[in-house]
Amino acid sequence: MRWVDEFRDAGTARRLAGALARSATRPWTVMEICGGQTNTIARYGLEDLLPEGMRLIHGPGCPVCVTPLEIIEAARVLAQEPGVVLCSFGDMLRVPGAGGDLLDARSRGADVRVVLSPLDAVQMAANDRGRHHVLFGVGFETTAPATAMAAELARRLDLDNFSLLASHVRVPPAIELLLSEPEHEIDGFLAAGHVCTVEGLADYPALCARFGVPIVVTGFEPVDILHGLLMCVRQLEAGRHEVENQYTRSVRSDGNPEARALVDRVFEVADVPWRGLGVVPRGGLRIRPAWARFDALRRFDPSLPEVTEPVACKAGLVLQGRLVPTDCPEFGRACTPEHPLGAPMVSTEGACAAYYRHRRHAAFDERADR
Amino acid sequence: MTDLACPVPFSDYERVVLAHGGGGRVMHRLIEELFVTAFDNPHLRAQHDGAVLDTPGRLAVTTDGFTVRPLFFPGGDIGSLAVHGTVNDLVCCGARPEHMTASFILEEGLALETLRRVVESMARAAREAGVRVVAGDTKVVEKGKGDGVFITATGLGRVLAPEPPSPSRVRPGDAVLVTGPVGDHGVAVMIEREAMAIESDLASDSAGCAPQLLALLDAGVDVRCLRDPTRGGLASVLNEIARSARAGIHVREADVPVRSEVADACELLGFDPLYVACEGRLVAFVPEADAERALGALRRTPGSEDAARIGVVTEDHPGTVLLESPLGPSRVLDLLSGEQLPRIC
Amino acid sequence: MCLAIPGLILERTDGPGGLPFARVRFGTVTREVCLAYVPDAAPGQYVIVHVGFAIQRLDEEAARRTLALFEEAGS
Repeated sequence: MRWVDEFRDAGTARRLAGALARSATRPWTVMEICGGQTNTIARYGLEDLLPEGMRLIHGPGCPVCVTPLEIIEAARVLAQEPGVVLCSFGDMLRVPGAGGDLLDARSRGADVRVVLSPLDAVQMAANDRGRHHVLFGVGFETTAPATAMAAELARRLDLDNFSLLASHVRVPPAIELLLSEPEHEIDGFLAAGHVCTVEGLADYPALCARFGVPIVVTGFEPVDILHGLLMCVRQLEAGRHEVENQYTRSVRSDGNPEARALVDRVFEVADVPWRGLGVVPRGGLRIRPAWARFDALRRFDPSLPEVTEPVACKAGLVLQGRLVPTDCPEFGRACTPEHPLGAPMVSTEGACAAYYRHRRHAAFDERADR
Repeated sequence: MTDLACPVPFSDYERVVLAHGGGGRVMHRLIEELFVTAFDNPHLRAQHDGAVLDTPGRLAVTTDGFTVRPLFFPGGDIGSLAVHGTVNDLVCCGARPEHMTASFILEEGLALETLRRVVESMARAAREAGVRVVAGDTKVVEKGKGDGVFITATGLGRVLAPEPPSPSRVRPGDAVLVTGPVGDHGVAVMIEREAMAIESDLASDSAGCAPQLLALLDAGVDVRCLRDPTRGGLASVLNEIARSARAGIHVREADVPVRSEVADACELLGFDPLYVACEGRLVAFVPEADAERALGALRRTPGSEDAARIGVVTEDHPGTVLLESPLGPSRVLDLLSGEQLPRIC
Repeated sequence: MCLAIPGLILERTDGPGGLPFARVRFGTVTREVCLAYVPDAAPGQYVIVHVGFAIQRLDEEAARRTLALFEEAGS
């Protein structure tokens, strides 16, 4: 077992695409909720391998893309506090907030460091007690255990120069929100395999039953995704709507209980805004009062500029399949990849950003043709 | 290859002080005992304000600034990089690199031992590339106003290609070649710079590419366009050429050589190797009729054993690079908005 | 999402604060990874790693069954 190559094999992909074509008798619409899968789909051109008429709706992107403006502003303000080092995952550095991104904050003198793991930030704090280290902890359920362990390690090391700016989001409530709109066009879902590696499958049967959609927990390699789509289409064709697990090599039905236990000690479920989607009930995590000493917002209480999520964003409609991005009145005007209103324009592979890029290329082709 | 060891300490100071740029005795000792000794040639020995060169024929000229952190990385340092970068820009003009000048901006407090290592490495790289450093300059900036050493270099070379390579000569049907695996430099430097605690045997590919140019010309290949895929990597270079040549480029991802060390590190960091910098590779556009001969000539050149044909120039989709995925479908290979950063998603 | 990749545990090591760590190999590159969430994982086993944490042991039997399903799907 090489664990990766087998799941990128061109022959296997062709076989699965063939099976998909033979199975689909109707033009099904499936959403992959996770930006990582969207990335694989774009990178390998999987949409070209799908049966005629089958449509993929790309989900809200990744947790980085759905981070609300107010949290990005908080990160920018905290990073510019004297004596503060802001430790962030690399992908967060270029996400534009209301007044710029973290790279911009760095150019104004903020000390912003890229970390590969939350524990790296704790180590930095332990090695440099003279400065306060804020970990910008973002991510889905997959990443929350790492952030929680960073707090736990800081507690064990009794660090008082480490805190969290945490903005973790939860996937099932977002699925629920999208499906709650009666006019949505989503027939089935691919759920995110790495989220379920931690969380297990418990959240999904109720969603399948309530909304009558199949949900297939799927991996991230191109063959995994084609296989997940095949399992989803076979359910749709048979009139079934169940939870199935394509990514069995990583996902157990009870997920990773150890990881969930620590997340539950450090965080509690809360209603939080997703960029472009508005407040998602139970859609995120916040730090429990018992861990307040590690909560950067409580420690610093930074005076934040007033930011209001732009009301014009129609990300919800795009994500429900009811609006083509180019039909949005703000598309390419108030909303561009440089100044995105919502997550689908923030994420490189988000639905709006992809349309924007391809349209630009089309325009270039026209100019060149003349 | 002889290592130039400094026979006597060239200064009583252990670190760069402002006086090293002040025009007095301290500066002159630095120049004589370090720079002139390392780069030794008649032009420098004359210690004139400039060099008078006797170079017949068509000249190519280029200038480039070098900043890299850390100054030393697996496979090179800022000194060798300054030579290779300058040399490769000349090579891309179809020229054999012959002379260069170098201006050093030194930060007060830099260890002179560090500077000595940089300068000697630079001298070694220049000798290997057959280039003389004929003029130079040093300035010292206050501590905190620089990053150790910045080097600005200008290169001069004699154009050997009958028709100098240029994007405007690229034609539909031309084959696109690379002279070796891509992405080594960027990944090696990134791992070192961010202290990522990643164990890897990876080293930068930093090297001068004049032998590759000479091999192509000796084989009678009509080199239509040459480019070194530095910042932004292969993908950015292909996009630049597609746009300036007003042609399309179709690349097969499976044919692009990438070392497994680079591919594995990229998986770990969430990078795409096609956007990672090289410092010792060329992208060559040659007529289809010359393609096999060009590949053969490259593969016989040390350092380019893994040269590969990666794509073709098309009349379709002018200005756009299409990348054919290993599964068959193609997608637009776009420009990135900046340097890649490690991802979690 | 979550960029998570499979790696092979080479040897267990001690991390800060008493946390279990291991050197984990990803093809040709190696990195220290926190094993706190897969406390029983042993050298020679594969784990799936996200932001420096092993979040699950990979199940080789399950992977083989999945590969077999691919074969079936094509026939």
